This record gives sequence, C-alpha cells and structure tokens, in this order.
Amino acid sequence: MRIVFKTDYMQDIRPWKDGYQLSLYLILLAVVIAAPWWLNDFYLGELTNVLIWAIAGLGLMVLTGHTGQASLGHAAFLAIGCYANVILIEAGIPFLIAFPLAGILTGVIGATIAVPALRLHGIYLAIFTLALSILMDDIIVLADPITGGVGGKYIGGVEIFGHMIERWGTPGQFFWLVLTVTVIVTLGYINLLRAPLGRSFIAVRDSEVSAQAMGVDIARTKTISFGLSCTVTGWAGALMGLYAGAFNNETFSVVISIQLLMMIVIGGLGSIHGAFFGAIVIGFLPQFLSIAKEYVGALFGGDTVAIPGLEFGVFGMILIAFILFEPMGIYGRWLKIRTWIELFPFYRKDMFKRQKSYLKTERLR
Amino acid sequence: MSLLELENVTLKFGGLTAVDRLSFSVEEGEVFAIVGPNGAGKSTVFNLISRFYDPFEGTIRFDGQDLLAVKPSGVAAYGVARTFQNIELFEHATVLQNLLVGRHRHHKSNVISELFFTPSVKRQELENREKVEEVIDFLDLQAYRDKMIAGLPYGVRKVVEVARALATDPKLLLLDEPASGLSVEETTDMRWWIDDIRRQMGITVLMVEHDMGLVSGVSDRVLAMADGAKLALGTPAEVQSHPAVIEAYLGKAS
Repeated sequence: MRIVFKTDYMQDIRPWKDGYQLSLYLILLAVVIAAPWWLNDFYLGELTNVLIWAIAGLGLMVLTGHTGQASLGHAAFLAIGCYANVILIEAGIPFLIAFPLAGILTGVIGATIAVPALRLHGIYLAIFTLALSILMDDIIVLADPITGGVGGKYIGGVEIFGHMIERWGTPGQFFWLVLTVTVIVTLGYINLLRAPLGRSFIAVRDSEVSAQAMGVDIARTKTISFGLSCTVTGWAGALMGLYAGAFNNETFSVVISIQLLMMIVIGGLGSIHGAFFGAIVIGFLPQFLSIAKEYVGALFGGDTVAIPGLEFGVFGMILIAFILFEPMGIYGRWLKIRTWIELFPFYRKDMFKRQKSYLKTERLR
Repeated sequence: MSLLELENVTLKFGGLTAVDRLSFSVEEGEVFAIVGPNGAGKSTVFNLISRFYDPFEGTIRFDGQDLLAVKPSGVAAYGVARTFQNIELFEHATVLQNLLVGRHRHHKSNVISELFFTPSVKRQELENREKVEEVIDFLDLQAYRDKMIAGLPYGVRKVVEVARALATDPKLLLLDEPASGLSVEETTDMRWWIDDIRRQMGITVLMVEHDMGLVSGVSDRVLAMADGAKLALGTPAEVQSHPAVIEAYLGKAS
C-alpha cells in the first residue's frame, strides 16, 4: 500500500506525483528508446506504426476526449498534413521546417473549419465532420496538379542535416524520429492539461453554461481546440505518409476516421494514456488475429484463409464490450487495477461505482 | 449608485411574458432575495443577468456599466459569479480543477506560453491555487479536494458550486436556490456561509430561494415575484405579510 502525502502545491502542478512515478515513466522511455536494439525490424516497424497512431489519437483526444466535440473527419486532417508535408519537401523546403509547417497549416485549416462547425452539437457535428472526410477524397482527386490525384504521391526518405532517414533503409532512425515527435506532443499535451486552457476545454466538455458563467469564451475555446487537435493530427498524417511511402486519395478514407474515433474510445476518453492504449490495440490487433487464426486453424485442422472483415468485426465487438462494461476504456480499467494493487487488501468492489458514467458532451440548448 | 440595477426589463418567449417590466436594484453589501411561486420568472431574471437571454426591452447595469453590452462569457469579468438551480459542475474533473476553472477570468497567459508551461504560467498557477485554497478552507472542502465530482453526494456538490463561484473573486454572487435539496443541517450551514460571505468577504449576494426560513434569516431585502412581475419589495417580514404575496401563494380569501 502506497500513500502519497502532499506537502507542496507543486506536487499537484508538476506532471508526476512523486519520484516513484517519475522513475517508472523514465524507465519506460529508456526501454522504448532502446527498441531498435531489442526488436527485429518487423516489430520495430509495427511499433513505429503504433506510435504514429498514438500521435493521431492524441490529436483527436484533445478535441473529442477533452473538449467533447466528436469528430468523424480526422482522416481529412491526416491527409492535409501528409500532402502538405510532401508538397513542401518537393518544393525544396528542408524537412525540419516543412514538417512543423505542415502541422501548423493543418491546424489553421482546422480552426477555420471550426468556425461554421461551432454551431453544431453532438451527432450533428459528427455528421458535418464525416462529410468533410468524404469530401477530402474528391478534393484530392480534383486538385490533381498539386496532389497527384488518383496516381498519388511517393516519398522515399527525408533528410535531416544531410542525413537520410528512411522507413525501410534506416528503420531505427525513423523510429527515433517518430518517437521524438510523440514525446514532444505528449509533453505539450501534459502542459496543456495543467494550464488554464486545458481546464477550459474540460469545462466546455462538461457544462457549457457554467463554463460561460465562469468567463470561458466557448467559441474561442472550441476554435483553439480544433486548431491544436488538427495540428497534431497533421503531424501524425505527415508521419503516416513517410511510413507508407506512397499514398493517394484512398489512403485516408472515412474508415480511418472511424477507426481513430473507435481507438480513443477503447483506450479511454479524456486521458493521454487512452490514446496510447488505443493505439496499441489498433496497431497489434491485426498481428494478433493472424497469429490466433493460425493457432485456431491448426487446432481444428481448418485452413488459414483470410476471412473478409474479420479485423473490423473483432474490433467492433471489442468496442461494444467496452461501451457496455467499461465506458472509461482501457485506461479506466487500468486505474482500477492500479488502485487495487496500491490499496491491497483494502480495495472495495464499489469504489468506482458512482463514477461509472459516460462523458457528457454538449449541454447548452 | 446601486451595484446592480434592472430597469423595466421585459423578456418574452413567443406569446409568454416571462419577465414583465421588472425594475429593482441591489445595493452593495446586502443580501437580496427573490421569492415567488414556481414559474414566477426568478431563475429567468438570473439568466438575464448572466446574459444567457437577451431582454426584449429594458436595461441591466452593473457597477455603472451596461451589462447588455457584453457576451455571456464577459459577465464574469465584471465580477458577477453564479450557481445553478440544477447543479452544473464539471462532472469528470476533481473539486480542485472545478475551483481552478473559477479562476479563469484572472488568467493572463496565452496559448503558446501554456503549451510550454513557462515560469510565468507556473507562478500564475501557484497564485490561483492559493486563492482556491482560501475558498476550500472557508467552505470546509478539504476532504473532497482531489475527489471527482461524479462520485460526490448532492449536498457536497451544492457547496462545491458555491465554492467555484467564490473562486472567481466576485463582487456580486448570484445563488440560484442554494438550499434546495439540502438537509436541515446543511441548510443551516449554508445560512451561516451566506452570512459570512457578506460579512467577511464583503460580497453582495443576490439569491433565489424557496426556503423562507433561510430567506428571512439572512436577507436584508426580499423581492416577491409572480408571473414575471414585481409583487412586493421590502424586509422579509414586510413581504411575508404583504396581502398580494399571500394571495399569490395561497389564493384569494373568499
């Protein structure tokens, strides 16, 4: 049983509770940094993929998990970030400038789109953003001269200080590049949550009327949330483009948008951990399924033919199970397990009972 | 000059006149209560002051400034804080976070400095925390500081809402039925708190309340409303014995 005594206001302001927690996260970071040495290239690539999804998840988490604005259109922002990055690099701008710029550009476009979207709530906003996701497909095709249309675009590697980083050629270094972006985004997110802005996001999510009464400008807060969310999503898109190497109008389809939203719901809405847990599920599920299929096939002597839609079916069932039994996602479950260990043997079964509720979004009107 | 002045305020929802040419003023340092039967328009008056509704006609002035010139989110900046009849807390946040949102109107940092959490943001956060701790001490919320609102009992939530309003450092506190749903002891606590808010903190209180014991216990002046219009205005005793008020509650003697 471990109890943290608070003797200083900084204990609530700094991101870690105590040295024990900080050291756990530092060890985790060290293990992940060392991944290229203890993982083979295939799994390193998978881990890179998980991190990219986690960045995209963090982007959507700002908007949906913390500001309560459901978006089914984030694949569109992934696409904008991806294309912007590649087009800027092709124009001769070095990667270290093109990459941040691609995200910021996506953020500005996102904030601009937010202005008409501000009037929409709940399911209407979801439909609006869904339309955006579908539109983006056509826009990419129509803007053929810039985007390469149906033929798509290719990018080999990127140059950082004259050093070539490539997904296939130097998987370790590409992994570190993605990891660096992940760490920067996560630190920014942590800072956001302990600052007034993050609190006003939560305020808008939980009760718009009282947020207003406390002096929070709803329209401004939502616009900033859209902007930040799309910036991060744009970066994730740019990395996805580098990871895939080739992409066209169909790469960032509506399916990706839905997958992204499902991912953060499974991971746990309203927590940074949730984006990572969700990304791990979405990243490793296909591998897990194909391995499981082989075992099952061997067990029953059946063949190992691919079953169409199996992945989405299983994913959907996991989602339903979580919404029914653990609305706060994997992170919510993890909190319970952790509390059980920390309080052992004093954990009571109904400790979290009253907190079993869904995140409420949009209350004004 | 009065702290809050409403003059000839009218609000109509379609054909229904919710507030009918209402005028009253709240003096600095007093506890002013609004009473009346259900549907009299008491909460609507609050929502007008909070700028959730635009009045059909009339003026609302606070501290000499025109309150109708600002957006709903601008009202807090003048020093007007409020609570809600049906508790409107931020459910998935801790008590501490809720109170810190109350400090929002004082924040000076911008988005970029907050993303990097610069030393100035840190200083501001420590200041906010100190102010919030004062409120926590005042309302005895120490035990609930790190608890999620979603797990708190009703009575505590009611107090947290008052605390959040106090954290904004207001000049005028609007309490919408502070004692509804509270037990007898909790109502008594609330009564002493309202008294202390006025005496120690020097905050003017405007409240809507049905509990006449609480109203006559703490308020200096009472406004009785029915059907959106003013019935009577005066000390609690005067209003309670006013024939029009008795008629509104009990009906005409035949």
